[in-house]
Amino acid sequence: MLSLAAISAGYGTFQVLFDVSLEVPRGEAVGVIGPNGAGKTTLMRVISGLVQLYAGAMRLDGRSVGGLPAHRMVEQGIAHVPENRRLFPRLTVEDNLRIGAYLPRARRQCTEQLDRVYKLFPRLKDRREQLAGTLSGGEQQMCAIGRALMSEPKLLLMDEPSAGLAPLVVAQVFDLVHRIRAEGLTVLIVEQNVQQVLDVVDRAYLLEVGRIKLAGTAAELKGNDFIRKSYMGL
Amino acid sequence: MDIYLLEAIINGVLLGGVLALLALGLNLIFGVIDVVWIAYADLVMCGMYLIYYLNAELGWPLLLACAVAIAWVVALGVLVHILIIAPILGSAPINQLLATGGLLFFLQSFATLLFGTDFRNIGVRLPILEVGGIYISSARLLAFGVAGAGAVALYFFLRRTFVGTAIRAIAQDRDIVGLMGVDQRHIYLVTSAIGGALAGLAACLLILQYDVHPFIGNTFGPLLFMICVLGGLGDMIGGFVAAFVMSQIIAIGGYYFSTELSYVFAFTFFIVLMFVRPRGVFSR
Repeated sequence: MLSLAAISAGYGTFQVLFDVSLEVPRGEAVGVIGPNGAGKTTLMRVISGLVQLYAGAMRLDGRSVGGLPAHRMVEQGIAHVPENRRLFPRLTVEDNLRIGAYLPRARRQCTEQLDRVYKLFPRLKDRREQLAGTLSGGEQQMCAIGRALMSEPKLLLMDEPSAGLAPLVVAQVFDLVHRIRAEGLTVLIVEQNVQQVLDVVDRAYLLEVGRIKLAGTAAELKGNDFIRKSYMGL
Repeated sequence: MDIYLLEAIINGVLLGGVLALLALGLNLIFGVIDVVWIAYADLVMCGMYLIYYLNAELGWPLLLACAVAIAWVVALGVLVHILIIAPILGSAPINQLLATGGLLFFLQSFATLLFGTDFRNIGVRLPILEVGGIYISSARLLAFGVAGAGAVALYFFLRRTFVGTAIRAIAQDRDIVGLMGVDQRHIYLVTSAIGGALAGLAACLLILQYDVHPFIGNTFGPLLFMICVLGGLGDMIGGFVAAFVMSQIIAIGGYYFSTELSYVFAFTFFIVLMFVRPRGVFSR
């Protein structure tokens, strides 16, 4: 569904990604793991159009989507749950969700989509009138994922969904990823929590200092000595 | 209570209406686009001149002239954004301030060139109402009512529509609204148009009470910025409340002393509060 071919990108003269190639097949969940500063967030921002490419090709369902601004990428069916959730703290939970359905196509479906998100996260329904800034970390993550689902995406990007959450809540968040996959969505997920992310994805890439260092199925990477030593502490 | 004091207080409330409307516009633009339109009061002046020209010189019906003037100031607001703000959006805030400051002098000079420095009015004087010994200008009452209706309409627009929600969202986190499918440039244009519409509406209300001249913006512009800073720049509710606080100080000060002195009180109050609460009275 999504394919990146030899992508280079960065901020101004500061290059972060070097020749990154990556495939996300339809219906699969793909993980990108790697240490802090490897360029994982930049990779997500490139795919959602917040950061522009220097070089390389990006295709979604065979169509070239490289260089489109973020709001056009949403039209193409990509939704991005940003790092640190980035909810609008002084909007209510429901307004945060509604703005996820800003696209004309999604607006018409807004009520149905709200029902769907509330069914997926009943806790959000209880808190719909509350300001998003007052939610707990886990609830905020639900709200951020719900907001992304409101545009009815084909591909969901999740940037460090477990960051800053208590261990119990982290387990809940990975459970959410399972449920979202069950909805038939294609997912690309960036995580530092290597052990747990390899349990929910089909395949994963290891990104180090802006380059893809390893790629393989989740099972292969779980058995890889380098990954076990450097990222799982085994 | 002294009936004349009551009259002054009521007049203060009525005066606050139009100021509150303009404070909403200025705060909206600051909150969303992060620029201060120094020439905002002068856009009101442009609207007042158009109403004067269409109504008094060409003989158009007043309501039609007002409608056209609102559209005209909306267009001016959009043009200010496209021609002046958008090209320098990424540069230092002081440059944007200077650019809209330059616009202020341009508009004042241009109006002087077209109309001279004479005071002009549309010759409409609405009656003074007497209620239980209190005299109230019906023009002010109308201005208050329409300004209030404008504020309510804006409130519902911001609360109930997708674009309104996007406007509130962009003021909280401008970098990621694109991820929701929101085109920032489009929201900036809509915001500038709304800012223009509020200024245009204010022009319709002020032309009923005041003569227009090229420098009329200077008579309430500084007060307007003071109100916005007092309420916390970008804080729409704070600015709204501050408009009424300031107009009360002016009205009551004017009653006990003189109008000139009441402005001294208002500015002193402002300066003192800026020492106490530099980020606005209602800042969190």
